[in-house]
Amino acid sequence: MIPAEFDYVRPESLADAIQALEQGGEDAKLLAGGHSLIPLMKLRLAAPTLLVDIGRLPGLGAIQRDNGSWRIGALARHAEVAGTAELGIVARAAGTIADPQVRNRGTIGGSLAHGDPASDLPAVLLALEGEVTVQGSSGPRTVSAAELFRDYMETAIGAGEVLTEVRLPALDGWGFGYHKFNRRSEDWAMVAVSAVVKATDGVCEDVRIGLTNMGSVPLRAPAAEAALRGRPLNADSIAAAAAQAADGTDPPADLNASADYKRHLVRVLCARALQEACRTASGIASSPGGELA
Amino acid sequence: MSVHAETPHVGRALRRKEDPRLITGRARYIDDIVLPGTLWAAIVRSPEAHARIVSIDGSAALARDGIHAVYTGEDMADLGGPLPMAWAPPGVEVNNPEHWPLARGTVNHVGDAVAVVLGEDRYAVVDAAEDVLVEYDPLPAVVDPEAALAGAPFVHESLGTNKVHEWSLPGGDLEAGFAEAEVTLERRIVNHRIAGAPIEPRGVLADYRAGALTLYTSTQVPHFVRLFVAILLGLSEERVRVIAPEVGGGFGAKLQVYGEEILAGWASRRTGRPVKWIETRTENMAVTHQGRDQISQVKIGAKRDGTVTAYHVRILADFGAYNMLLTPLIPSLGAFVMGGCYKIPAVRTDIVGVFTNKCPTDAIRGAGRPEATHMIELMMDQLAAELDIDRLELRRRNFIAPEDFPAAVATGVVYDSGNYAGTLDKLLEHVDLDAFRREQEELRTRGVHRGIGFSTYTEICGLAPSRITGPAGVGVGAGLWESALVRVHNTGAVTVYTGTSPHGQGLETAFAQIVADKLGVDPSVVEVVHGDTATGPEGRGTYGSRSLATGGEAIAKATDKVVAKAKQIVAHELEAAPEDIEVAGGKFSVRGSPDKGMTLTDVAGVAYIGAVPEGMEPGLEETTFHDPENFVFPFGAHACVVDVEADTGKVKVVRYVAVDDCGNPVNPLLIDGQVHGGIAFGIGQALYERIHYDEDGQLVTGTFVDYALPTAAELPSFETDRTVTPSPSNSMGVKGVGEAGTIAASAAVTNAVIDALRPLGVGFINMPLSPMRVWHAIEEAKS
Repeated sequence: MIPAEFDYVRPESLADAIQALEQGGEDAKLLAGGHSLIPLMKLRLAAPTLLVDIGRLPGLGAIQRDNGSWRIGALARHAEVAGTAELGIVARAAGTIADPQVRNRGTIGGSLAHGDPASDLPAVLLALEGEVTVQGSSGPRTVSAAELFRDYMETAIGAGEVLTEVRLPALDGWGFGYHKFNRRSEDWAMVAVSAVVKATDGVCEDVRIGLTNMGSVPLRAPAAEAALRGRPLNADSIAAAAAQAADGTDPPADLNASADYKRHLVRVLCARALQEACRTASGIASSPGGELA
Repeated sequence: MSVHAETPHVGRALRRKEDPRLITGRARYIDDIVLPGTLWAAIVRSPEAHARIVSIDGSAALARDGIHAVYTGEDMADLGGPLPMAWAPPGVEVNNPEHWPLARGTVNHVGDAVAVVLGEDRYAVVDAAEDVLVEYDPLPAVVDPEAALAGAPFVHESLGTNKVHEWSLPGGDLEAGFAEAEVTLERRIVNHRIAGAPIEPRGVLADYRAGALTLYTSTQVPHFVRLFVAILLGLSEERVRVIAPEVGGGFGAKLQVYGEEILAGWASRRTGRPVKWIETRTENMAVTHQGRDQISQVKIGAKRDGTVTAYHVRILADFGAYNMLLTPLIPSLGAFVMGGCYKIPAVRTDIVGVFTNKCPTDAIRGAGRPEATHMIELMMDQLAAELDIDRLELRRRNFIAPEDFPAAVATGVVYDSGNYAGTLDKLLEHVDLDAFRREQEELRTRGVHRGIGFSTYTEICGLAPSRITGPAGVGVGAGLWESALVRVHNTGAVTVYTGTSPHGQGLETAFAQIVADKLGVDPSVVEVVHGDTATGPEGRGTYGSRSLATGGEAIAKATDKVVAKAKQIVAHELEAAPEDIEVAGGKFSVRGSPDKGMTLTDVAGVAYIGAVPEGMEPGLEETTFHDPENFVFPFGAHACVVDVEADTGKVKVVRYVAVDDCGNPVNPLLIDGQVHGGIAFGIGQALYERIHYDEDGQLVTGTFVDYALPTAAELPSFETDRTVTPSPSNSMGVKGVGEAGTIAASAAVTNAVIDALRPLGVGFINMPLSPMRVWHAIEEAKS
């Protein structure tokens, strides 16, 4: 509960922050909301030698609609994201993170850069096919969600780079569902499923499903998506798709859940998330048949 | 000074005197106490569950800036003895291996203390502790208590066994009881290991100077700590002062004499500097004693009409690596109420204690009685299902009747008072069972599995009458009396010194109410002082729901003595007979002449400044040591409603109703607070909390991430009510209530889950009722 010794700087600009990170080398870490890093430091599971605090850098926390997409500054707090209902599934998922204290401090950029597959936002970003901007001394570059998460708590963000912005397609008219399973409301997900559905005349025009804590990185459920795409949306088609949600996954067992139990849970949660997504999608009212559960 | 003429304060829901300082951050906990020149201590702990210590090299740590000393068990060779096991069940042999503040030769559980680093600041010592190089030669670890009992490997090789002791409490003719039974049922009931998890971890600040030691420690038992610190450090007892300042929760986990308390005192003497150690949460989860951890074979026999004829419980109790202050006694506390609130002619408990390479167990809220209630209340439901008799009807047929009190039960104790049907009736005024069954049916058609569970409990508390637990009795070999000193000051303000050591329950308020009524003053001018061995008489501390029934009664008796003296003074002043003086309307006055009278301030003026009657000593204070006549036996009826998600196994408590009877209520607000906390504790164990070690003896649940204390988000709003059946065991008719909620709750929750799952084919399940365990049970029932 007492962290190891470290140095601390609070740069005035993004450029200074990048420079400090570069100079700090491999053991330098960015600090924003602190709700992933500081607990690890207190348990001495992480021992960075330098903390570069970007928590008060101006201009990095805005949430803006930009034509067909949303731009969310890396320093936007979970509580701010959760409070922006137009963000749909992102707002929903952010509102389930831990507890109010954590949501008031933790940031979207920090959560994504931390790359914990049990966190809520990485799989949502993946399901939405979003992207992030990371900036280093050689300028900004774009990293897609699919490229971002490389392994357990390992991302494509290089040493000396800062995640500055998250961009998500607006998905107007799509329905969404986010179903998270945990023992206590403040816990990380044992398993969670995010689903977004685009419907036309009751048929699934497109669907994307993200899986949380089902592997070392956030995952999609391609078999389940394929099973539903182009099919009429009804209880049977959803059940058939959800039955394939665990296909190809090899989740790690932990104290609360065996791998088999997680694979079972992900099928149950996928069905719930798809049902909710269908209930909230436009283009579903004229559904030809088959009542949704 | 304000004088109060209102209705009695006792019985009213006065707000807590303690709260202003607590909620404004002005309370003083151990970590708030700063002494000049203090050295911080960090403890090097074993990462191994079981190992021989080959070598300890502190040189790198000592070489760091600000590090003053590194000490190991060898340096502490001057200790007067190992850590104490104070009481064991009488008449049996107890294997009691040596247990030292710093390990000598071997470590026996993860977190066992190996060395201490002392230095100038807290960060420096924690960093330096990582530089202490300890070479371990790992030994095989034994984690499962049943495997431990079966044979090698042994936690303590020299014992040649892992068995600690065997102890039985027979009662009645068990053989005849089972012979008479037409049905017998047997279940294996597991009561898993939990933590006390107080929000304030432990902490010690030791200040040895000029031959005397002042030890600040976060404890429930300052006087016990003083006694053993004095013995182990070879100090005369009057040279040791122990202070328990504000204590942020104990739950039994601070009813202990810990190695760190001895170590801090020793290190302060050795260095000539104050020494401070504040436990981290990680340390708290690993080394502060834990509780429960029993596996029991439970057998019940009954006639077809539901009359229970015999009850036999065989407990295997996992004590962890060592016996601590009361370890072998804990399961025995449950044995006295093993038959619950039922008239069972034959009840027998057989206990076997066993060592494993885990943190030691000892008293945790309820200490043996939650386990006992859990077993009998689960078995009553199992029996009802077997006999196809309604669960509550079966209970009613076996309740000890109100007219049978005081009731001598098979286990040898005498239940003081009770009206079990009364609390159950009142519970059913809150819970409409017919409506519930309709709702349950309707929900099932929608796939929601709702269940209701009951727990009609009694427990034994108010520790402890020497007549029963003293050397001549059946219990622990010592009576646990309590002391009180009531001092009226010159101005009529009152200070009460209690030997109990409250740590959050609100006893300063309850005690002030009792004293205020007797002396005719406002509770606001009655200060209650506790937790300092230098201020009041010898005391015994806070545990076993004893503070009110035993400690409060001592205060009542001491106050009565003050009142008697005050009446003599008043009688003398008003020229009346002492027996004609009464306390009413804030005055001592002559019966029938309420206008003429003296306030306590007037009386104190005479006692300290004026002329007391001839032959009377001046002053106005009295001391009492109260040895209770009997225990007290609170009781009640709880109902829990749960929803179980069949496709995930998740259990949600949707309603919890508790009707408790703790005798005459002193402060209903405090009672509700205790009951609420107790229920949360019991629900926590049933559904969420579990201390878990892997097969190598590594602690898996070392933080609050993995050790799932429930939060407000997981719990419903509790509904509470009371009946009042005064206790004849004390003058106030009160019973303890600090543990009752916990003692009742786990059985109510578990029975509710089983009720929900019966249609799915699940007729029995053990705690913890985690989603995966419940889901597995449902899946197994399907196949």
